[in-house]
Amino acid sequence: MTATGFLSQLLQLAIALLLAPLLVGWVNQCRAWLANKSAPSLFLPYRTIRKLFHKDAVVAENASPIFRLTPYIVFAAMALAAAIVPSLATDLPFAHAADAIALVGLFALARVFIALAAMDIGTAFGTMGARREMFVGFLAEPALLMVLFTASLLSGSTSLPTIVETLAHRELAIYPSLAFAGVAFTMVSLAENARIPIDNPATHLELTMIHEAMTLEYSARHLALIEWASALKLFNYSCIGLALFLPFGIAQGSFDWLAVLGATPVLIAKLAVGGFALALIETLSAKMRIFRAPEFLGTAFLLAVLAMLVNLLLGS
Amino acid sequence: MAATPLWAQLINLLAAVLLLLAFAMLAQRRVLTLINLFASQGLALASSTAIVAFATGQRHLYWSAGLTLILKVALLPWLLHRLIRKLDVRWDVEGLINIPMTMLIGIVLVVFAFNLALPISQLANTVTRATLGIAMASVMLSFLMMITRRKAIPQVIGFLSMENGLFFAATSATYGMPMVVELGIALDVLVGMLILGVFFFQIREQFDSLDLKHLEQLREEE
Repeated sequence: MTATGFLSQLLQLAIALLLAPLLVGWVNQCRAWLANKSAPSLFLPYRTIRKLFHKDAVVAENASPIFRLTPYIVFAAMALAAAIVPSLATDLPFAHAADAIALVGLFALARVFIALAAMDIGTAFGTMGARREMFVGFLAEPALLMVLFTASLLSGSTSLPTIVETLAHRELAIYPSLAFAGVAFTMVSLAENARIPIDNPATHLELTMIHEAMTLEYSARHLALIEWASALKLFNYSCIGLALFLPFGIAQGSFDWLAVLGATPVLIAKLAVGGFALALIETLSAKMRIFRAPEFLGTAFLLAVLAMLVNLLLGS
Repeated sequence: MAATPLWAQLINLLAAVLLLLAFAMLAQRRVLTLINLFASQGLALASSTAIVAFATGQRHLYWSAGLTLILKVALLPWLLHRLIRKLDVRWDVEGLINIPMTMLIGIVLVVFAFNLALPISQLANTVTRATLGIAMASVMLSFLMMITRRKAIPQVIGFLSMENGLFFAATSATYGMPMVVELGIALDVLVGMLILGVFFFQIREQFDSLDLKHLEQLREEE
């Protein structure tokens, strides 16, 4: 492990942690604009997290240690994922620890723990949310894996930095497989980040919620960590999408201050456009019935598999 | 693969779009959207034929592209739309199997078709041979659509889109069939469509429905 690689690793992690709530704030602001409402402040997620950290935590009497541990595990999993996904540079020492498949495993670990914690208290909402989360998760995961396999087939490696370097250096050509995989990935990210066609991130105490139902029992610092972790999750998914489908502007090769400093504004610009696109999708679509979710995610899986097959057949 | 010319990339892209449209038709619930999807499949087919014609200098392919454009993008969808208006059937299509299941079967069929096409496409010497697998896959998907749909009109659309797939297979494997054959097929499809249109009215008159399961009752009295 080189010292410079370590530096770029730390810098990327710090930027991910700092920027994640900003991305959520930006998406919320865009959503408000598109719905013709006055927008909340861009920095509202930061204030919410700070406020929650200053409160006293209330934990249910019958909560087991799993319930207390979960926020830390979920946050750690998301932070580790942020360290693996090449968003600024490809010279990441941590990235050797886990490839694309292990990354999906990290997301699964967070999901399992948050579902366990939701069922731990034994409230009706928590159990319902956990069941629905697993229901969405088991459909979304294979599709995500297929998308990552498509990118791996194109670049001949499952390690994310290698994928990004190969894809960024390819010749400009039309890749039908990448287009299919991109659409599939968008659908999966919408489902995984509790976004509108599957779940509505703006609701509390409604029978249709999934993610919010699981975190109802959390308060104060636990809730802050969970909120921060879900912001990081959105950030991670955006960065995976950008790394796979728009890998231009990421600093490659060994560490170089100028390259990393140049990559930061590019990343912020790409995230701003991506966040606006997300808000646009959410504004334009209506929430589905939960039993339509298999069809939605089945389509995502189908597209991802088609991407892989087309890639195998046409070599592009 | 890095040095493939632009037209080859475009053909590959259109082939992928054809496959996608075949799946979209398989999953579609509404008849009107189904017809529009069929029209766009025809459009993709016509453009890919035109690109092949441009790239290889085969003049007669321009004619088939034009024929496809007139027949499958304009005439047949118009006929279908008119038929639906006259029959006043805008119901949602009911499949025999639910849609996610149909799509999974579709994926299996695509894998099968790709495997089947691999040795054949190695024998062909056309520039478009790689797309043969996609052509066979869309033929099979149309077959599947005909099998899983209960009502008459989606089955006919499945039949028409199967012809699209066959046409694409011919273009990708041998740069199209002789003009006489193509004209013959085009006329056959058109006449077939007209006759089936008459059939629809007869079926509805007889059974008050276009559900083909009623046809099973057409037995002689014992």
